[in-house]
Amino acid sequence: MAAAQATSRSSSLIAIIGDEDTVTGFLLAGVGNVDLRRKTNYLVVDNKTTVKAIEEAFKDFTNREDVAIVLISQYIANMIRYQIDSYNKPLPAILEIPSKDHPYDASQDSILSRVKHMFSADNAIRT
Amino acid sequence: MSGAGQRLNVVPTVTVLGVIKTRLVGATKGHQLLKKKSDALTMQFRSILRRIVQTKESMGDIMKSSAFSLTEAKYAAGDNIKYIVFENVEAASIKVRAKTDNVAGVKLPKFEHFSEGGETKNDLTGLARGGQQIQLCKSAFVKAVEVLVELASLQTSFLTLDEAIKTTNRRVNALENVVKPKLENTISYIKGELDELEREEFFRLKKVQAYKKKELEKQLIRNQQFADAEAAAAADGEHGGTVPGRKHKHHHSSQLIHGLSDRLHDLLSKDDDPDFLLVDVNVSNANPAMVSC
Repeated sequence: MAAAQATSRSSSLIAIIGDEDTVTGFLLAGVGNVDLRRKTNYLVVDNKTTVKAIEEAFKDFTNREDVAIVLISQYIANMIRYQIDSYNKPLPAILEIPSKDHPYDASQDSILSRVKHMFSADNAIRT
Repeated sequence: MSGAGQRLNVVPTVTVLGVIKTRLVGATKGHQLLKKKSDALTMQFRSILRRIVQTKESMGDIMKSSAFSLTEAKYAAGDNIKYIVFENVEAASIKVRAKTDNVAGVKLPKFEHFSEGGETKNDLTGLARGGQQIQLCKSAFVKAVEVLVELASLQTSFLTLDEAIKTTNRRVNALENVVKPKLENTISYIKGELDELEREEFFRLKKVQAYKKKELEKQLIRNQQFADAEAAAAADGEHGGTVPGRKHKHHHSSQLIHGLSDRLHDLLSKDDDPDFLLVDVNVSNANPAMVSC
């Protein structure tokens, strides 16, 4: 019993903010979680969702203890870009994912652009 | 260079010099160690960079294929499958566990996904039609989650390492450019100050020696004069009647003076020995009393 508790405490959830299809897919895979207060670890964004609601959800997920990774569709991330750029904690990790209707643009990913920058600088030094 | 030309505010003594030297040794050692740590972190950082770029690229493909499989499932099972999926969410069956990796004293979080809890209601989704497509879609998304979890742990390591490297480099630079020059400046200051003290002491001794030499010469001249006067008096006494005792005394005192002047020459020829000189002064001080009696 104690061991089961320990594992449940050390294990964390993956939160998702995305369009309907993406969220459906991940829920199908078994990522979704609904707790006793009917609080979900995902947010479905459609054209009726306000930016404010997305901000609230992002803030909520990043401040939750049991969330280790926040997946966010890139076009939604672009809506709250300033908030993502100002977020600098290591945990939970923010991950931008491509969505079906919006092809992935690597240059917009805040972390990938930094990585690319350093990587190319590295290569330039080495060659 | 803000650290150049600065030094610690210390009293220039030999003890403090030893303390500062120990601190310099410590700073040098710490600098070496931190530099090694920084190198180790940078090595790890580079390998993570490469893996991030690779995984990000593969993530695009996997997301594309999983989105396509979802479309297939929708086509086979009908569009309202998503309502069933949303309704059936209860507890997460895929969760992540955070482990920490230790690289040169920097804790890197490392995520690991695992599935928990066997049967979920979603297993029965699509029982009516399109069940196989739904299962395929599910496994595609599970694969996507795997890649995403790996990417997340790489990304977190990237951020943590970046921060750690910055801190370490800042420390290395602070030691190299501020602490070490400061200590070196302090050491040279204390050494200079000690040398200065030594020179002052030497000069003082020289000065004392010269003074004593002068005093001794004065004494010699005075003695000579006294002896001359004595001799003149003796010559007078011989003219006007002799007193044998007195003559004897004269003889004695002039002998004494000769002895003294010999001694003085001796001393003057072997100077540079302050201790010896101290003894001499005692002799020369004692002499007038002897001469006068």
